[in-house]
Amino acid sequence: MAIQLTNRSKVVSNKVQTPMEKLYLPAIVKGMLITFSHLFKKTPTVRYPDQLRSRAGIYRGQHVLKRDENGAERCTACGMCAVACPAEAITMENGERKKGEEHLYREEKYATKYEINMLRCIFCGLCEEACPKEAIFLTDRIVDAEYERDTFIYGKDKLVEKIDKRIDVSIRETKEVAEFKKIPGLKHNELFDSSKQLKKGKH
Amino acid sequence: MKVTIDGIEIDVPKGTTILQAARMIGPEVAPPTMCYYTKLKTSGGYCRTCIVKVTKGSTQNPNPMPKPVASCRTEVMDGMEVQNITSPEILEARKGVVEFLLINHPLDCPVCDQAGECKLQDLGYEHGSAKTRYEFKRREYDMIDIGDKIKLHMTRCILCYRCVKTCEQITDGRVHGVVHRGDAAEISTYIAKAIDNEFSGNVIDVCPVGALTDKTFRFKQRVWFTKPVDAHRSCTKCSGKTRVWLKGDEVLRVTARKDQWDEVEEFICNSCRYDHKQVSDWVIEGPSKISRQSVISQNHYEHLNELKLQVLKQQKALGFMPLDKRP
Repeated sequence: MAIQLTNRSKVVSNKVQTPMEKLYLPAIVKGMLITFSHLFKKTPTVRYPDQLRSRAGIYRGQHVLKRDENGAERCTACGMCAVACPAEAITMENGERKKGEEHLYREEKYATKYEINMLRCIFCGLCEEACPKEAIFLTDRIVDAEYERDTFIYGKDKLVEKIDKRIDVSIRETKEVAEFKKIPGLKHNELFDSSKQLKKGKH
Repeated sequence: MKVTIDGIEIDVPKGTTILQAARMIGPEVAPPTMCYYTKLKTSGGYCRTCIVKVTKGSTQNPNPMPKPVASCRTEVMDGMEVQNITSPEILEARKGVVEFLLINHPLDCPVCDQAGECKLQDLGYEHGSAKTRYEFKRREYDMIDIGDKIKLHMTRCILCYRCVKTCEQITDGRVHGVVHRGDAAEISTYIAKAIDNEFSGNVIDVCPVGALTDKTFRFKQRVWFTKPVDAHRSCTKCSGKTRVWLKGDEVLRVTARKDQWDEVEEFICNSCRYDHKQVSDWVIEGPSKISRQSVISQNHYEHLNELKLQVLKQQKALGFMPLDKRP
């Protein structure tokens, strides 16, 4: 005898059908009634994209590379996200910031190329956790469907937030990070200013 | 001479230091070092990370030493008993030493090229505390170019003197040293005079932090995305045995080979280090052995076979039947 793996298995019998069952029609009517009754029930689907389902604030969707409040890119291409990534979806190339580019890049090193392969990405959020510069965040946006595989490799043009269209990620900030940002003396919380005066900020 | 370190007894010749004796036992009990370097004479005694507790001076004088001692500068006595990792007092003291070393450190690891192979990073991770208590302004210096191949970040320097001793002993006519004293001390050259000796590039390898870095490798790639291979070429100036760091078919940098204590095996010349950046210049021997604990071994899969064998061995010992042999 085979081992019973679940309790959902059913015993099959060769029972002979009654004349009523042989007619089939009552069973068909019964089935149609069930179908008809669903016309008056609440639909479980939504009309995406016109209608959006509510998502948790910490939903892990498309990534964003943040800028600081001066509009300089926070990412310094340290590679922590790429090494933390279990799907090996992130690649980057580093470059040195030149004089006069201080308003574009926060640190003396920056990512000249930063790519995430959205087909590889499993949206686990480990890159966000690994980031020491608060540069990469996952947002509640959904990665678009595409026709070509290459278009899923998102470069800096798609990942870095636009200066005039900033993306709010404050909901993803943990309590520890919020506390940490209140300490103005830490280099991490210092702001770059063109007049070389270091302002303290909480961003 | 018999010496006991952390309860492990070892026989060593006269004149051995506690540190060398501990290294003979193994990496578990060997104290960490930031300034001591086996191949450089008179190195050691500056950083104090290798401090140990001597609980019994010797057989003749069994009194303990009153304070923790620097193991790199203290010679063993017969019957000496030493505590390193078994002494909570020493671990606490070492935590303090790390805190002092990090007082003026800019903590710019995401930018620094040394990250991933930095001894100060390892030391901070293993012995330091996660938070800083320092509230004052850190020391600030401008970056200096020492010659056209070396970049000096004085902010990251811990004043270990290794580079000074390398120039003194490996090259002739050293042109750089430490000027000023105490808090104001810094590595400097005579009016930014370039180091142009054939072996001057070795200061990059001996530097335990990211103070002296290779300008030809500056911001090229994080070390853990490169692939280190042992390679050699025939060189008239040095042994030509080096470690070549590859990314695809590109040679990103060339360094000397390092042993398990992160010390250079053989010093290499500048022409090997800077001027031969083609794969065709080198005879590649095979992948370098990198510790599994190092971030550089991330995404390298050489160890998988080894691991598989270990698992099989353990399964066999436990009496498991391999999956493919089950009925």
